[in-house]
Amino acid sequence: MEEKYYKKLWWEIILATLSFSVIPLFVLGIVIYQQFSVSYTAKIMDSLKTLAENRCSSVDLFFEERLSQLISLANTHSVEKLKDEDYLNKVFNIIQTRSKSFLDLGVIDHEGNHLAYVGPYYNILKGVNYKNEDWFAAVMTTGTYISDVFMGFRKIPHFIIAVMVREKNRIWILRATIDSDILENIVRAAQLGKKGDAFIINRENILQTAPRFSGKLLEHPITPDFAAASGTQAEELPVQGQDNLFATSVIKNKKWVMVIREDPKEQLTPLLRARFLAALIGLGGVLLITIGAVFTTKSMMKELMAMERKKALSDEISIQSSKLAALGKMAAGIAHEINNPLAVIGEKAGWLKDLLNMEDISHSQHLQEFSDTVAKIEQYVVRAKTVTHRLLGFARRMEPVAEKVNINSVMDEAIDFLENESRYRSIDIQTDYYPNLPLTLSDSGQLQQVFLNILNNAIDAIGKDGEILIKTKHIAKNNEIAIAITDNGPGIPKDMLNKIFDPFFTTKEVGKGTGLGLSISYGIIEKLGGRIMVASEEGQGTTFTIYLPIR
Amino acid sequence: MDKFKVLVVDDEEDFLETIVKRLQTRKIDVTGVDSGIKALSIIDDRDFDVVILDVKMPGLDGIETLREIKKKKPLLEVIMLTGHASVESGIQGMQLGAFDYVMKPVALDELLEKMRQAYERKLISEGKA
Repeated sequence: MEEKYYKKLWWEIILATLSFSVIPLFVLGIVIYQQFSVSYTAKIMDSLKTLAENRCSSVDLFFEERLSQLISLANTHSVEKLKDEDYLNKVFNIIQTRSKSFLDLGVIDHEGNHLAYVGPYYNILKGVNYKNEDWFAAVMTTGTYISDVFMGFRKIPHFIIAVMVREKNRIWILRATIDSDILENIVRAAQLGKKGDAFIINRENILQTAPRFSGKLLEHPITPDFAAASGTQAEELPVQGQDNLFATSVIKNKKWVMVIREDPKEQLTPLLRARFLAALIGLGGVLLITIGAVFTTKSMMKELMAMERKKALSDEISIQSSKLAALGKMAAGIAHEINNPLAVIGEKAGWLKDLLNMEDISHSQHLQEFSDTVAKIEQYVVRAKTVTHRLLGFARRMEPVAEKVNINSVMDEAIDFLENESRYRSIDIQTDYYPNLPLTLSDSGQLQQVFLNILNNAIDAIGKDGEILIKTKHIAKNNEIAIAITDNGPGIPKDMLNKIFDPFFTTKEVGKGTGLGLSISYGIIEKLGGRIMVASEEGQGTTFTIYLPIR
Repeated sequence: MDKFKVLVVDDEEDFLETIVKRLQTRKIDVTGVDSGIKALSIIDDRDFDVVILDVKMPGLDGIETLREIKKKKPLLEVIMLTGHASVESGIQGMQLGAFDYVMKPVALDELLEKMRQAYERKLISEGKA
């Protein structure tokens, strides 16, 4: 019952302490982490976007340059001149000295016929008519054209740029093939870290450059479809069950889309480290708080329990002493009521004796009988008187007093009280008193109560047939008196030895003992400035030793 | 030693009667009354040397009677007699001028001894000794 109450209180205190310290800790940690995470992610996204934009500009610039080169070449030369393959070859070589990106150069008339061609596939391409090709139709309507990347005859990825020129009444087309290696190089610069990827897709979501991980050239990438993207964006999307950061930007000249893919684990490592650290610190904090809470609560509970025990004991002592005071009053009342008739009996007997002496009845044959009977009556009046006077003495001692006490005689009185009890149980009470034991200022009534308690316990412990030895001693060195009460009972088990002075601790049957005798004795002796010790050996017996200061 | 005059006050008639008889056989001039009121009136009429006074009596109790006696005859010695041995009433009695305090039942010889002592003290305080 009490145990349960303490357990409940313990939990309440622990939980309150924990929740009031752990919750703010968690809130703080989570908020800080969230803020950090948001701003850090935003920063990462921003830098990815910048990278994508940057790469797009590079590609655009590359396209612009190639277009400009072709446009200026076409517009500064007449078709007649460029039709001459020797001249075209010369021009091609000049271009090649500055930029190796041009693979070949061709001049095509408005009907799609190859007028001139410089490049490695002369035999294949010289006779080709482009009239039905898509790009041909496109360049005839828009004036310039940049194709998607394709393998073509060369089996290397490339693309073409074509420029239409109106020269007087003639329309012709200057067409160049460009190695997409340059494109690859530009894109590759954005392939960051170990898992980072970058590639270009066209509007049909077909790869225009070879990615590191995300697919094969001229096939669909494994990443989500960004073909419809516009402007520059950054977002987090799952690829094969794993989150990836994507930044996309549109290349203006070709409406291709630059895609940059990043592993968030790599990019967000500092964030993850922060999260780990926060979790670690949080956990450490919780652990520390828990340990602290447990220890504090434990000591608090200990204090509380000690206090309650103390209170229970003092309550019990005051109840006990008020009970004793009532008992004392009753004893005094009884003694008084008996003393009065006793006095009458005594006087009557005395009168009889007087009469026997007075009158001349010595000749009576029963004279001796009369006188014996009267003597006996007087003797028993004296005996009854001893009892009532002892009762009165007991009553008087219930009131706390400080007087010069002879410990030996107080002990004798206590033994007197228990004489019958011990005789019935054939327990021999032996005394070994220190001769001329000094008197001490103390309370004989309370001392007697302590002696009675301990002697009673000894008798109960022995049960039947045993011996109790009482020794008193003057210890001059410490200026104190030692009273040792030893029984040859069964002794006290070691695990109980430190509990015997606890209130309500009892080994007697329910209803037989209150478990208060020893704790009250302890309290009394402590109040009288002394101390009480116990030594016990199982199977040998128990010795209680009381030390009292001589005052 | 002179014969001295004793007044015994006790509400217990059997006790009173017997102790008076026993003291008389010992040639002591003794009178017995069974209440405090009677005691107070009798000491007005006659001279006594020692009063044996029971503490617990109905009506005027021993302590009250003692107080009144001491008012009337301060030199009259009083021995308190009781079945109740409370320290307070003893001390109170002594403070009020009682000669001694004796607990019932008391042996007559003991009481006689006390009476003689009381009488001697009375003689001393009267300046006759």
